Amino acid sequence: MRQELDLKELTGDMLAKATQHGASGADVMVADGDTFSVQVRLGAVDRLTKAREKRVGLRVFFGKRSASASTSDFSRESLDRLVSDTCALAAAVAEDEMSGLPAGDLMAHELPDLDLYDPTVLDTAAQIELARRAEASAMAADARITNSEGSDFNSSAGRVVLANTHGFLGEHRSSSFAMSVSPIATDPDSGGMQRDSWYAVQRKFARLDSPESVGLEAARRTVRRLGARKVTTRRAPVIFDQETAGSLLANLCSAVSGYALYKGASFLIGQLGNRLAPETVTIYDNGRLPGGLGSRPFDGEGLPTRRTTVVERGILASYLLDTYSGRKLGLASTGNASRGVGESPSVGPTNFYMVPGTADPSEIIRSVREGLYVTELIGFGVNMVTGDYSRGAAGIWIKNGELAYPVEEITIAGNLTRMFADIELVGNDLEFRGRIACPTIKIGEMTIAGN
Amino acid sequence: MEQAAELDQFGLTEPEVRHALGKVKVRDVDYADLYFESCVSESVSMEEGLVKRAVKSVSQGVGVRATAGEKTGFAYSDELTRRDLEIAADAARYIAQSPQGAEPLPVTHRARPQRDLYPVETSIAEVATKDRVELLNLIDAEARRYDPRIKNVMASFNTEYKRVVVATSEGLMIGDVQPLSRLQVTCIAEENGNRQSGTFGGGGRIGFAFYRELDRYIRYAREAARQAILNLGAVDAPAGVMPVVLAGGWPGILLHEAIGHGLEADFIRRKTSAFTNLLGARVASEVCTIADDGTLPFRRGSLNMDDEGTPTSRTVLIERGILRGFITDRLNARLLGIPLTGNGRRESFQSIVLPRMTNTFMLAGESDPQDIIRSVTRGLYAVSFGGGQVDITNGKFVFSASEAYLIENGAVTRPVKGATLIGNGPEILTKVSMVGHDLTLDEGIGTCGKEGQSVPVGVGLPTIRVDEITVGGTGRP
Repeated sequence: MRQELDLKELTGDMLAKATQHGASGADVMVADGDTFSVQVRLGAVDRLTKAREKRVGLRVFFGKRSASASTSDFSRESLDRLVSDTCALAAAVAEDEMSGLPAGDLMAHELPDLDLYDPTVLDTAAQIELARRAEASAMAADARITNSEGSDFNSSAGRVVLANTHGFLGEHRSSSFAMSVSPIATDPDSGGMQRDSWYAVQRKFARLDSPESVGLEAARRTVRRLGARKVTTRRAPVIFDQETAGSLLANLCSAVSGYALYKGASFLIGQLGNRLAPETVTIYDNGRLPGGLGSRPFDGEGLPTRRTTVVERGILASYLLDTYSGRKLGLASTGNASRGVGESPSVGPTNFYMVPGTADPSEIIRSVREGLYVTELIGFGVNMVTGDYSRGAAGIWIKNGELAYPVEEITIAGNLTRMFADIELVGNDLEFRGRIACPTIKIGEMTIAGN
Repeated sequence: MEQAAELDQFGLTEPEVRHALGKVKVRDVDYADLYFESCVSESVSMEEGLVKRAVKSVSQGVGVRATAGEKTGFAYSDELTRRDLEIAADAARYIAQSPQGAEPLPVTHRARPQRDLYPVETSIAEVATKDRVELLNLIDAEARRYDPRIKNVMASFNTEYKRVVVATSEGLMIGDVQPLSRLQVTCIAEENGNRQSGTFGGGGRIGFAFYRELDRYIRYAREAARQAILNLGAVDAPAGVMPVVLAGGWPGILLHEAIGHGLEADFIRRKTSAFTNLLGARVASEVCTIADDGTLPFRRGSLNMDDEGTPTSRTVLIERGILRGFITDRLNARLLGIPLTGNGRRESFQSIVLPRMTNTFMLAGESDPQDIIRSVTRGLYAVSFGGGQVDITNGKFVFSASEAYLIENGAVTRPVKGATLIGNGPEILTKVSMVGHDLTLDEGIGTCGKEGQSVPVGVGLPTIRVDEITVGGTGRP
C-alpha cells in the first residue's frame, strides 16, 4: 500500500495560497485510490491492470469570477503553479452573479459512516479465480454458449477529501467490487451469434453475488436472444425490465437536473408541482442509503446529502440541485453537487430509484396480450429538450401474456412526458446494481418500428 | 515545427527506461512497452451570453504493458520516478508464466515519426484565454442575430496538447506532439412553448487560426441556430422500412458504427464480430469502397504514429463491395498473422491499447447527389446525426438523426424530428445502390467510445442512397 499523504495539510496550504493570490473564496478536492482489475477469457487470463491514481483540483472565486484547474503532479512546484494558473484563468472569464461557494452555515457538520468502505484486499490469484468461476459457470450453462468476450473482476478503493475557505474539511472512503460476464451464444441452425452480459457490483465484497449466479444469469440472458427476428411496425404496450427501466429513470434524472432546467434544455421546465406519472409512481434520490453505490456523507460542495422526494405519488415534487443551479432557479441546493476533481460542480444523482410497486414481474407480463418486453436499448435517441424518445431495442415478444420469441432490430419511440404518464404497472422487484435503480415497469403504448 | 517529444521532458533518462523495460521483458513476454504521456487540456465555455467557466487540467504518467501470447499485463502510474516505473513493471510482467529470466534488449533506436500531419505553429493552449473568450462572445452574438427565437446559446472551446513517448522492447523509442481542439455550439430555440435545440461545431489537430479562417466560427453559430429553428417546424419522423438518402459528411458515422467496429481486429481474433470469417466475401454493393486513413493532414482522427509507435496508414477495408482488411494493433496483428495498420490507440496512459478507427470514410462514386434524391419516391433524407451505437456480435446498429427531411416524389419536403435508424451491419451496405461524387469529411467533432475509452475520430461520406432501412419514429409509415 502506498504511504498516505497528509491531505489536511496539503488542502490547507493550497487554500492559504489561493487567498494570498487574492481569491475571495476557494475549494480544494483531492481524490486518490487504487484499482485492480482482471479479465479472464475462455478460462485464461487475458488482461491484468493495476493502478494507483491521485489528483488534486482547485476552484477559486475572485468575487463573482471563478475558474478551476487540476493536476496529478503533487510536487510543491506543480501545486504552486496550479494555484497561480487557476487564479489567472479566473481573471479571463466574465462575472457571474450567481457564482460562489454555498453559505458557510449550510456545510455538512456530521459526517455519518454510511458503510461504504471495505478494507478487503483480494490478491491477484483470488481475483483471477473469481472471474474464472463466473465465466466457467456461463460457459457450462448451455451447449449453445460457444464463445465469450470474457469475464471481469474489478476491485477499487479510494478516498475523497474536500476543503473550502469556510473551514469545511470532509473526507470519505469508499470501495467497490464488481464482476461481469459477457458470453456469446451461437444459433445451431442459422449460425447467428448473440451476446449479452450480467454483472454484480457492491461496496462490500461479502455482499457480492456468487460468481456462479452471475455467470448463469449472463448465460440465460444471452441464450434467450437466439433466433431473434423483427416484428412489423405497430403501436403496442412495452414492458421495461429492471435494466432498461433503469435507463428510462436515468433519462428522467437528467431532465430534473438543475443545469438542464435553467439552460432551457429539459422537457420538465415549469413542471414542478404538476402530475408527471400515475399515483403509483414515487421516486427518491437518497444519498444516505447505507452501503449504497451512490451514497456519500457530503456532496461535491461539502453540503450534507439527504433524501429528496423527486416524484411523490406521481407529482413532480423536486428537482435535483447544487448551489449554483439552485440559485439560478431561485431554489435551495438538494445536496446533489457532483464533481470530478478539478471541475466545477454539476448535478448528479446519489441513489436515484423508483419505489417498488406490488406487481410481480410475471403478472406484468401476463397483463399484455401482445407487446414487447424490452431487455436492451442502444443508441442515443433521447432528446432532453423535447422529451422525444426513439431508441434501438431488443427483447422478447409477448403473445397472450407469455414471453413468445426474441426480437431485435426494432426501435421503440414515444415522448418521455407521455411515457411517464402512461406507466400502467410498477413491479415489486427493485434491486440496486448502480446509482439508479428501477423495478420492472409497463408503459401502455409506444410506437414499435420494424418491418 | 515543434520539437518532437523527448524522454527528458518526463525527467527520465534512457538507461532508466531501459532498466524498466528489462524488468518487464522477461523470457515469456513477447513484447513490452512503456508509454509516457503528458497532457494539458483546457476548456472555456459560455452560456446565457457569459463566458462563465474556464477549466484547466494537467496530467502525466506512464503506462507499462507486457504481452505474452493472448495475455496482456498492464499497470500505470502518475508518478514518474525510477521506483514507480519498477513497481509498474513488476505488476505488468505478472502475466508471464515464469516471471524470471531477463533477456537482453536490443540497442535503442531513437526515431521520429516520418510524417508531420499537424505542424501547428502555436498550439491553442498557448493562445491567451481572452482570445478564446472573445470568439465565444462573437458566436453568441451571431447565433442570436440569426433569429430572435434563439433563446440560449451554449458554446465551448476544448483544447488538448499531448506529448507522448513510446519505448518498446524491440528497441524503438519514438515521440510525438499531438494538438487537438474542438469548438462546439448548441442553440435553444423557443416559440409558443415549443422548444428545440441544434448543435454544430468543428475542430481538428489545428491551430487557433483555423476557426477564424473562412469565418468557420460564424458558420458554426449559424448552423446550430438554423438547426434549432428548423426543428421548431419539424413533424414527427415516420416509422417503418423505407429508402434513406444520407447526405455527405458526418452521416459517415453509419460506416463507423455499422462496419468499422466490426472490423476491429480484437473482435475478429476473439471471433465475436459479425464480420468474422468474411474476409474476401461480399459485404457491400459494387459501388462501395471504404477506407480508414490516419494520415489525412490536420484531421481530428489523424496521428503521425499510433500509440504503439507504428506509423498510421491508409487501410482499404472494403473494395468495390469485397471485405479486404481489418483494423489492427500489434497484439492482434501478431496473433492473427495479418498486416499491422497503425491503429493501436489508447485514451491515455491509464488505458490499454485497442485497435481503433482513425478517419473512416467511403470513397466518392459517380452519381449526382440531386439525382440520388430524385430517385426516391417516398423516404427520408438524413443530413446530420447525433450519436450511434453498435452491437458488434449480432451486427445491429442504431443512430439518431438530428436533421432530417421527408423525401416525397423525388423532392426534399418537410423537416422531421426524432428519427432513429436501425439496421444490420453486414447487410446495410449491400443495400447501397447509388454513391455520389461529393465525398465530404466531417467537421471534426467525433469521439468514439469503446471499453470505456474515448478517442477522437473522423468520418466521411458522399451522398448515398440506401434502398431500405428501418426508421424508428412515432409518425405514420
